Amino acid sequence: MNPANYLILSGLLFAIGTVGVLTRRNAIVVFMCVELMLNACNLALVTFSRMNGNLEGQVIAFFVMVVAAAEVVIGLAIILTIFRTRRSASVDDVNLLKY
Amino acid sequence: MTPGLATTVLAAGAPEHGGAVHYTAASGVFELSWLLIVLPLAGAAVLLLGGKRTDRFGHWVGTLAAAASFVVGLVIFIALVGRDSSDRAVSSHLFAWMPVNSFQVDVGLLVDQLSGVFVLLITGVGTLIHVYSIGYMAHDPGRRRFFAYMNLFLASMLLLVLGNNFLVLYAGWELVGLSSYLLIKFWEYRPAAATAANKAFYMNRVGDVGLALAIMFMFATVGSTNYEDVFGAAAGDMIGYGTITAVALLLLLGACGKSGQFPLQAWLPDAMEGPTPISALIHAATMVTAGVYLIARCAPIFNETQAARTVVLIIGAVTLLIGCVIGCAYDDIKKVLAYSTVSQIGYMFLAVGLGPAGYALGIAHLLAHGFFKAGLFLGSGSVIHAMNDEQDMRRYGGLRRLMPVTWVTFGLGYLAIIGLPPFSGFFTKDKIIETAFAKGGTSGYIYGIVALLGAGITAFYMTRLFVMTFHGRPRWSTEGADAKHPHESPLSMTVPMILLAVGSVAAGGLFIVGGTLSDWLAPVVGEHGEAHHTLSPAVVTALTLVVSVGGFAGAFLRYQLRPVAAVAPADSEVSLLTVAARRDLYANTFNEVAFMRPGQYLTRFLVWFDSVVIDGVVRGTAAGIGGLSGRLRRAQTGYVRTYALSMLGGTILVVGALLLVRAG
Amino acid sequence: MNSVPWLTILLIVPAAGAVLVALLPKTAGELAKRLTLAITAATFVLALLATIAYEPGEPGFQFAQSYTWIEQFGVSYAVGVDGISLVLILLATLLVPVVVLASWHESEQGRRSAGAFFALLLALETGMIGVFAATDVFLFYVFFEAMLIPMYFLIGSYGSPKEQAQRSYAAVKFLLYSLFGGLLMLAAVIGLYVVSADELGKGTFDFAALRQMEIDPGLQKWLFLGFFIAFAIKAPLFPFHTWLPDAGAQSPTGGAVLLVGVLDKVGTFGLIRYCIPLFPDASDYFTPLVLALAVVGIFYGALLAIGQRDMKRLVSYTSLAHFGFIALGCFAFTSQAGTGAVLYMVNHGLSTGLLFLVVGFLVARRGSRDVEAYGGMAKVTPLLAGVFLIAALSSLALPGLNSFVSEFLVLVGTFTEYRALAIVATTGIVLAAIYVLHLYKRTMTGPLVHEENKLVSDLSLREKVVVAPVVALIIGLGIYPKPLIDIIRPSITATYQDVGHSDPAPTVQIAGANTGGNS
Repeated sequence: MNPANYLILSGLLFAIGTVGVLTRRNAIVVFMCVELMLNACNLALVTFSRMNGNLEGQVIAFFVMVVAAAEVVIGLAIILTIFRTRRSASVDDVNLLKY
Repeated sequence: MTPGLATTVLAAGAPEHGGAVHYTAASGVFELSWLLIVLPLAGAAVLLLGGKRTDRFGHWVGTLAAAASFVVGLVIFIALVGRDSSDRAVSSHLFAWMPVNSFQVDVGLLVDQLSGVFVLLITGVGTLIHVYSIGYMAHDPGRRRFFAYMNLFLASMLLLVLGNNFLVLYAGWELVGLSSYLLIKFWEYRPAAATAANKAFYMNRVGDVGLALAIMFMFATVGSTNYEDVFGAAAGDMIGYGTITAVALLLLLGACGKSGQFPLQAWLPDAMEGPTPISALIHAATMVTAGVYLIARCAPIFNETQAARTVVLIIGAVTLLIGCVIGCAYDDIKKVLAYSTVSQIGYMFLAVGLGPAGYALGIAHLLAHGFFKAGLFLGSGSVIHAMNDEQDMRRYGGLRRLMPVTWVTFGLGYLAIIGLPPFSGFFTKDKIIETAFAKGGTSGYIYGIVALLGAGITAFYMTRLFVMTFHGRPRWSTEGADAKHPHESPLSMTVPMILLAVGSVAAGGLFIVGGTLSDWLAPVVGEHGEAHHTLSPAVVTALTLVVSVGGFAGAFLRYQLRPVAAVAPADSEVSLLTVAARRDLYANTFNEVAFMRPGQYLTRFLVWFDSVVIDGVVRGTAAGIGGLSGRLRRAQTGYVRTYALSMLGGTILVVGALLLVRAG
Repeated sequence: MNSVPWLTILLIVPAAGAVLVALLPKTAGELAKRLTLAITAATFVLALLATIAYEPGEPGFQFAQSYTWIEQFGVSYAVGVDGISLVLILLATLLVPVVVLASWHESEQGRRSAGAFFALLLALETGMIGVFAATDVFLFYVFFEAMLIPMYFLIGSYGSPKEQAQRSYAAVKFLLYSLFGGLLMLAAVIGLYVVSADELGKGTFDFAALRQMEIDPGLQKWLFLGFFIAFAIKAPLFPFHTWLPDAGAQSPTGGAVLLVGVLDKVGTFGLIRYCIPLFPDASDYFTPLVLALAVVGIFYGALLAIGQRDMKRLVSYTSLAHFGFIALGCFAFTSQAGTGAVLYMVNHGLSTGLLFLVVGFLVARRGSRDVEAYGGMAKVTPLLAGVFLIAALSSLALPGLNSFVSEFLVLVGTFTEYRALAIVATTGIVLAAIYVLHLYKRTMTGPLVHEENKLVSDLSLREKVVVAPVVALIIGLGIYPKPLIDIIRPSITATYQDVGHSDPAPTVQIAGANTGGNS
């Protein structure tokens, strides 16, 4: 199968994730979109690994997964705390850190 | 560093100019000339550093220091007389002061005929006035400080006349200005005294600028500031006419500042805010005549430039009239004497402006004036003392019987200044008038007539002063809030007055008859040939006497034979000239309008300019940067989405740029 | 003797002292004061010993040391002194102990502890010595900027107690203005490095190597400007001066003395040490500009001083006028003017230092810098008034006092080269008399108008000890300045000769006159 298809899929997934991050207000959804972007990258990395015939891409994909896992833990903790204090999971409500 | 190791340079001078300058290295007693300065300086240091501990005996320390300096001066002078007349300029080198490559200035002293005479005048009159001050300042809590300043003045004045180069002279020049400043503001809790002191210092500084620039010119032209080198070059016709005239005019500016000559005369009358002994010592006998000394000292320079001499003559003539005229209008005894000083120094300037013929006459008048004017001031101090610090002559009258010693001594000084033969003023002033006429041409007549006129007015205002003070009916009372109990002054005050009176009687004849002083000074200021008289001396003498008697008669008729009002008539009742004279011929007004006010406006404008324009640019830049960052801050909205969008934009930009580079 | 590393010792002693004093507990204020006094006095003695060991006649830098610091960039720790920097180090080390003693009580009134005050002072001293001793341009730059930090805290934390806002404004203004200049200089320093890499094959910051280079005249102008603006801000010269009155007024007394007395000298020192020898062509090109700024500064500073009511601002503006004279002397390119200018730096440190000290004493007594709060003080504080007058007279350059020698040398040296300018500048001495004596008149003479002034006390023993050495030097250097002149003159003469300037000869040569001197 043509590896380019995987790359196209990866690009599509990444674009969907990006649009999601930019447009959705619910923090959880934004978060999931971020995960989507990360996994799109993973897909691309694995594809490149396959195309180039070495394992470096796969190794990096594993790193990304680890980072993503750590990020999920911290991110969810933050979202949970915000939800507890403000009774809302909308990212637009969390705009105190500005000029 | 070894005293006595002087550089003896035989400059290429032309003897016919009287400028062959040759100084012998000091030896023997002349090596001690530094003692002259150090003695009073040590006195001042002891009194100032000793503080209150020396309060009890401070005046004795001061007087002793002055007297010791006089004794040293006398010894040196006698030694000077004992030397060969061509070898009476003795220079001693003390230490290097500012040695910077070609600019080598040393502190060195020069004892010659001119400075020798001055040393005697300064220390002699100075010592007498120290003695007088013991009595005069007896009740003043600051007497110690007073004597300290007087000693400082003596040291500075001696430095001025003894320096063997222009920079040492300049140091003395400014230091006498300092002493004068300190003594004018001696009673500094009085605002008038403090203001007068500042005014004196400022106006002197204007003159000092001239002197400083003259010295710079000399260095730039000759490469030295030593009298020897400068005068040698001047007398040797080595300096261009323009340069030497510029130097002479700048020196003259300095002389005008120090001597209270037009246009810098306004400070001297104000300086009378100081204690009276100071008026006698500094503002009559010694310091204010430093200008005359300077011109006489620089005779080799002034001899080369007719233009500068003419300016000296004009200044002398103008000042002498200004002083006389204003002297007639004031009722304050010290102000009248002050303007009289201004006018008499005008005579001296006139004399030295006449060139070789006049230097010795100017110095002779200076010395005679030193005696009689000091005597007059001390006499006036005695009167002021007796009248509870009253200085208004309209509140005096009839003091003759109550203060006989003062009356006699003051009277002798008075006769000397109005030029009655055989008192000293007659000889010296008559000679000056005679020489002015002898200058020849129209200008000679003008100067002569001005000097003649001055003599008449002098007789008028001095008679007015004398009569109003000592004669007529008393215009004061022994009762009431303003009670006066005039009494003769103590011995410590009268003895100096008596001695100065003797001097005022004898000095003139001693100096002039037989040409004693002009022979003595000839090696310094130059010989002068036979004068060709336009008017014979006898005619001039007769004219002078007639004019003087006229002045005397005018004042006598008006103030002796008619009662004097105890209050000065209002401006509306007197002539316009009197009104102007009462306002110092508008000199102060002019200074105020021309310099002070514009200066104040300029200062105020600059303060505004500095804070608004220059600092405004600085603060404006800061504010601009602050404002800009305030704008940029708005980009921080707080919405996560905007940040994410800008990150995306940034990423696209970077990736785009990378692709472009790759592709390109 | 030259084997003794005098300069490194001089740097280490106050630096170690600063660390030591900073480590003391906050409660040990008294110990900190005594320790600082001992350290600074020891530093002064060391500087004196170094001066004795110094040989004025020798060319080049003495006590020179050089160790590689950052090899990749050719930066080294290189120190050495010539006559110019030696006298300034002497001045700095003299003034610091004086300031320590003068700040004995003032140091306790700041936002931080007295110990911190003295630690900052010692750090400042290290910076001042370093900046004069450095012979590596990069090291110079480091010290140049490092000096700002302690000074910033001295103004900001210990400045005039009642004016919190103005105080921090002044401190920030001082810091930012100086940093701005410093950055321009940094750019020029880097430029020099690049040029040296081109010319010498290997980049270096070594001053001696840099001055051998022939830099392209066009480039010289830019590099010159980088240095010049930094120094003109530091000195300060008109029109870069507006930080000085603010900083001078808000500084604690000791800070003001060091700020105007020593720190500002770095600017004029930089002109004569770096601008002129490194960029001779550009110096010639910009000479008219510098001279014009100098003369304008003389009058501008004097006139503004006359118009001030705040005594400390007034003294700051007088310094602007004095810096005008110094800059004039530096750029007149005659040995007299140059020697006068360096001597002027020392003398100005003493006279303005004394003026700030006395004004500080007054302010400490009455808590006001406003001239109107005084008047007739001579009656209650005669000794203070006397010292004030001496400082004032020194400031107006009265003969017999120190400043006269330097001012006259500057003027006479300028006169031989730029006649008209010297004539204009000389008239400035009238204004000098007006601004100081007017101040004296308004504060010291007249009747005592304010009731509270009647209780003011005269100088205490500590204050007498503070002013005594300065007064003694003011008089001593006025009468016999030869020792200092002998140190400065050879270095100045060599500096100007290197850039191809020699003194103009007098127009008339007299037979046998001692022209040429004994140099």
